[in-house]
Amino acid sequence: MSEPPISRGFFGRKRPDPNSARVPPGQHLTRDFPVLSAGPTPVPDLANWSFALSDGDKPIAEWSWEEFGALPQTEVKVDIHCVTTWSKLDTNWQGVTIDALLEAAGLAEPPGAYAMIHCAGGYTTNVPLEDMLDGKAMVTTTYEGRPLAPEHGGPARLLVPHLYFWKSAKWAERIEFMDSDAPGFWEQLGYHIYGDPWREQRYAGD
Amino acid sequence: MRGIETSPNTIVVSRRLEWQTAEVAEIVDETPRTRSLILNLPDWPGHGPGQHVDIRLTGEDGYRAQRSYSIASAPESPRLAVTIERIDDGEVSPYLASVVQPGDRFELRGPIGGYFVWTAALGGPLFLIAGGSGIVPLMAMLRHRAAVASPVSTLLLYSSRSYEDIIYREELDRLAAADDQLMVKHTLTRHQPIGWSGGNRRIDREMLAALGMPAIARPRVFICGPTQLVEFAAASLIDLGHEPRLVKTERFGPTGG
Repeated sequence: MSEPPISRGFFGRKRPDPNSARVPPGQHLTRDFPVLSAGPTPVPDLANWSFALSDGDKPIAEWSWEEFGALPQTEVKVDIHCVTTWSKLDTNWQGVTIDALLEAAGLAEPPGAYAMIHCAGGYTTNVPLEDMLDGKAMVTTTYEGRPLAPEHGGPARLLVPHLYFWKSAKWAERIEFMDSDAPGFWEQLGYHIYGDPWREQRYAGD
Repeated sequence: MRGIETSPNTIVVSRRLEWQTAEVAEIVDETPRTRSLILNLPDWPGHGPGQHVDIRLTGEDGYRAQRSYSIASAPESPRLAVTIERIDDGEVSPYLASVVQPGDRFELRGPIGGYFVWTAALGGPLFLIAGGSGIVPLMAMLRHRAAVASPVSTLLLYSSRSYEDIIYREELDRLAAADDQLMVKHTLTRHQPIGWSGGNRRIDREMLAALGMPAIARPRVFICGPTQLVEFAAASLIDLGHEPRLVKTERFGPTGG
């Protein structure tokens, strides 16, 4: 589209925002933490919870809640960006980086170049491995110093803050390594296969 | 547990979503806080009932802002309709709900979201739960159901603040009166008119057990409204025995404005 129509009488907020360099195009800041998911929030069951890695369908490693909590923990302060156009700055998380998970599983390198994250309730999302290593992603269990609430993805969710937040899948249970990329749940429904907020990759073709 | 499936009851979008210019053809005042915009679009590919669009506004100085809005019209309708609730501290909704006039134009793209969708081909029974403007995508389903004369047994449980805040009230009355397979039940959380015989509190587990469709009927459930209502209703339904994979939710966050 060349010239968008002008909405006379629309002024928007346009408050001077010292953080605007941290807000990707088409996003606006929120102080709330909105909840978005496609179905009912699963009831946490820590006694039967586990987190697993697999190479395709072949199991590689699995940790109980207790074992997972004993893995090396990392704290991060990051900005998050939801495809529904809200962004939230300086959110604090604690969890286990993907690097630490691979190390704990005895893997010198990931067995595939892409990952599919599998979640309770059947949700999936795909992320390239290079976006998950070197501290870029973690499986997080703590938000702002407290156990991650179920509606926000607790007991554990993926955190890949440099991609749109649907990639930070709630209720994560397993990372499946794959040789080639494949679309997850929202990606099959027309959302972007990669989802970089700075390139505004909201939907397929963006 | 495998609750989410992407076929066959979802719509897969393969075409690239391009921005196009929508022109406001008509405005319908629905309630004191909401109105519907009936739009002319140069190129609409069709949609599924329950899908949404992104609307992008550009101010005179080039400032832009975009938000998502549910489609209110049935796919069978000749023109696309969205219904906008004015959120007082919102950025886009006050303009769309109060300022925009017939003939005005803005950018739009869609349809988006193929999961929270019901078409008559999916069958039923159908159990719809709405809070406030969460009725909008469910109305697209009810309008579609009426347009294709679907006989699917359907129940809408709809929570509003007051009688005046019930969006599409007269149309819902008409649809229900003309169709013995459609039942509409209202609950009013803040003010009830004298002689009101519907519900008088927020949707709770007891109300879902007493007025809702029973789990044994295995209805397809669609819940849309504020996060609290959606979380609570979905959890209560699972507790009442509904299968998680049959319960689909859409939440209107506090930043939807």
